[in-house]
Amino acid sequence: MNILDPQGPIAAAEKTILIDSLAIMLAIVVPTIVAIAAFAFWFRAGNSRARYLPEWAYSGRIELVVWSIPALTVILLSGVAWIGAHELDPGKPIPGSQKPLKIQAVSLDWKWLFIYPDQKIATVNTLTIPSGVPLQFALTSASVMNAFFIPQFGSMIYTMNGMTTRLNLQADKPGDYQGLSSHFSGDGFAGMSFAVHAVSESAFNDWAAQTGRTGGRLNADSYATLAKPSTNDKPTTFRLDDQNLFEAIATQKLPPALGPQDASSSVEPTGVRDVR
Amino acid sequence: MFGKLSWAAIPIDQPLPMIASGVVAFAITGILLWVVLKGHLPYLWHEWITSVDHKRIGVMYTLLAMVMLLRGFSDAVMMRLQQSVAFHSQGFLPPEHYNQVFSAHGTIMIFFVAMPFMIGLMNFVVPLQLGVRDVAFPTLNSVGFWLTATGALLVNISLMVGEFARTGWLPYPPLSELTYSPGVGVDYYCWALQISGVGTLVAGINLVTTILKIRTRGMGYLRMPMFCWTALASNLLIIAAFPILTATLAMLLLDRYLGFHFFTNDAGGNVMMFMNLIWAWGHPEVYILVLPAFGVFSEVISTFSSKPLFGYRSMVAATMAICILSFMVWLHHFFTMGAGADVNAIFGIATMIIAVPTGVKVFNWLFTMYGGRIRFTSPMLWSIGFMITFIIGGMTGVLLAVPPADFLLHNSLFLVAHFHNVIIGGVLFGAFAGYTYWFPKAFGFRLHEGLGRAAFWFWISGFYLAFMPLYVLGFLGMTRRMQHYDVAEWRPWLVAAALGAGLIMIGIAFQIAQLVVSIRRREELRDVSGDPWDGRSLEWATASPPPAFNFAVLPDVTGEDAYWALKQHAKDDAEEANEGHYKPIEMPRNSPTGFVCAFFATVMGFALIWHIWWMVIAGAIGAFATFVVFAWRDEDEYIVPAAEVTRIDRAHRARQHARFSAAGVRS
Repeated sequence: MNILDPQGPIAAAEKTILIDSLAIMLAIVVPTIVAIAAFAFWFRAGNSRARYLPEWAYSGRIELVVWSIPALTVILLSGVAWIGAHELDPGKPIPGSQKPLKIQAVSLDWKWLFIYPDQKIATVNTLTIPSGVPLQFALTSASVMNAFFIPQFGSMIYTMNGMTTRLNLQADKPGDYQGLSSHFSGDGFAGMSFAVHAVSESAFNDWAAQTGRTGGRLNADSYATLAKPSTNDKPTTFRLDDQNLFEAIATQKLPPALGPQDASSSVEPTGVRDVR
Repeated sequence: MFGKLSWAAIPIDQPLPMIASGVVAFAITGILLWVVLKGHLPYLWHEWITSVDHKRIGVMYTLLAMVMLLRGFSDAVMMRLQQSVAFHSQGFLPPEHYNQVFSAHGTIMIFFVAMPFMIGLMNFVVPLQLGVRDVAFPTLNSVGFWLTATGALLVNISLMVGEFARTGWLPYPPLSELTYSPGVGVDYYCWALQISGVGTLVAGINLVTTILKIRTRGMGYLRMPMFCWTALASNLLIIAAFPILTATLAMLLLDRYLGFHFFTNDAGGNVMMFMNLIWAWGHPEVYILVLPAFGVFSEVISTFSSKPLFGYRSMVAATMAICILSFMVWLHHFFTMGAGADVNAIFGIATMIIAVPTGVKVFNWLFTMYGGRIRFTSPMLWSIGFMITFIIGGMTGVLLAVPPADFLLHNSLFLVAHFHNVIIGGVLFGAFAGYTYWFPKAFGFRLHEGLGRAAFWFWISGFYLAFMPLYVLGFLGMTRRMQHYDVAEWRPWLVAAALGAGLIMIGIAFQIAQLVVSIRRREELRDVSGDPWDGRSLEWATASPPPAFNFAVLPDVTGEDAYWALKQHAKDDAEEANEGHYKPIEMPRNSPTGFVCAFFATVMGFALIWHIWWMVIAGAIGAFATFVVFAWRDEDEYIVPAAEVTRIDRAHRARQHARFSAAGVRS
């Protein structure tokens, strides 16, 4: 989960920008903190060696310097921000010759649905991906807002009902990672973490083929059951019957989730008890 | 008859809120009984509840803030305890309760601690610093305070009757819409803030009018103390920003009550509009809070360095620059919405630009200390603690303004650490510095210094222990508002943070002890001169506590640091300024309008939350009738006779004279 230990090109680039910006700022922050401590200590009332300048309240030169230092730092950082924001725009495809893998992510109450339209499969609360292959995410929400985030791959992005957001990520090497929702979405929010398995490309193809032969079918009907609120769901896989399921959710052809129907309390806390 | 309200609204099956509300109800009943039985009720009613004196109202605002700080801090302790035990377990707070706790914590700390603390200080100090007798609209001032208290009361009623919002301190739709939050929690939130928001807006209009229109002779804009400038900037922001909050919450309420579709998922509602609107208010809001704190630090650092503020005009320019820029950066709160590179970059850079005037302020405080004779009293300790802490918070803020860094850190505990870093290190330290600095002016005796220092050291070490681990947790990918988690490496840092909260609790205990001990030993801590810190601005020219009319003769101002100049003059000539020609003074009469109005507003707010429509109508009519009765009053002022003014002022001058003579002998 450590973002300072990036496992993909996006996360690595973002970490570099983070460290660079921090270094630029520390270059003036540390001397300023030292100066505050030093001035406060030297000019203490008991120090007879310190000069007392009771009327000194203006110096054009110092004014010039104190406006310039932060201004120059900000100009430098602005460059970093401008270039970084463009280079690392979440919607920007990752350059490379390889054909990207399309994944459609839907946040539900309170779990993640990942649809692999080309492989005709879908998963809940587990994400298997080939390493070294660019991943093209299209994301939406079936009910309230969430944010999709795999810390070691970089860039989080919101999911919102009736809208599609885009995100491009890539994993460097095979391994097990963890993703989560990073925008509060209600009572089951804390249970919205999901395992991420990065595997080699051939292993991924095997897994996809295997998954396509097993598991339940996902279509509008079984989606309606899936979309009902539940917490801490076990990872599951599906065969995808309806290839336009994501579009149907994102364009509200399938209506947004109805939320808790009972006004007096939230959903049954059965799933919550499982954790204990 | 009672709308949605029934006995089921009282959470008898949940021990924590029942115990908490039981303790609060017991304490309130106890205090009320004591007040009535001891016969203090007439005094409270005539001298405080109905008072329109800006000093009394300022004190009441501050008291409200301190009481609510205890409530907000209890929530914080529960959150830290929950997160330190909720590893692979549910902890002791189920999600529906934990979610209320963090929502209430944020709402209370911003709206009912930071806001009333700052408005209270401004209310108390600004007219004194401007050398005038009251604010522009004294009764409106009282209305504003009591409406704020109404909001605080409604939030606390939700503990016992019904529930509070479970949506976070800003109720993002669609989660806050009726579909996903069918309970009364969001309604409590909205109506509490709608009512107290009116109070805040009224306070803002009042202070801006006061500063722009009512200043003593010679008090030009560029002679005003820095605190008045920051108060002006802050209140201009209130006037510009709070109507946006009111409109946004009104739209959410229309969605919830009348089936509108501003922010719903269906029928063309748009959640992105809510985010834009709420942050168009929300970002200026943080500057509304921190600008007055900057003013406090300017006063404190200058006074205790025994020097004028360095680069006064530069500070004025920086303050007004922040005031304007704060409206141009709201989008940095949702870089991760996918707005596109150009939009993100522009708002990121706009955000960084605010760091320039803020940096200038820090450097100017630094050079104010240069060449000074610094006295390390507790207000000065808070100020130095602020400077160091705030620089760190500012730096992490600028880091979050770099969009690619924000893509990693948004909504994480790094963000939580950042805003606590600036709000505790900036606003709260400023509030405590101001409270200690102006306490003798308000009550005529100083706060106990030793206990104040102890409180400072526990607060600052507790702050670092509680929030530095949160920065680390942000790097470890931990997102905010987690009721439970299963990542082992997070746990030690969360335990450390909980220990930090424990240190802060000791700091708060020292502050309570400080207040109690200072009241008991008030005779030894008495401030007879009215100027305990060797101050520089006009509030120190009058007695402590000041008479109702503040100044017997309105002072004449000839430059910056008006009272300092007066004292230098008095020392040089070995005599004080001549007493003026005393005239009778007209002062505004006390009025129960604010209290009665707020009573009806509370009734109306509660009825709206529970859909008790007849009671809504009754509350609305009551509040309007109160206003009509006030508008048709016959007498609105009373006269303090010249003889009385003379007597009060001569007594104060005699004490001042004794002090100047003593100073003359010494030098």
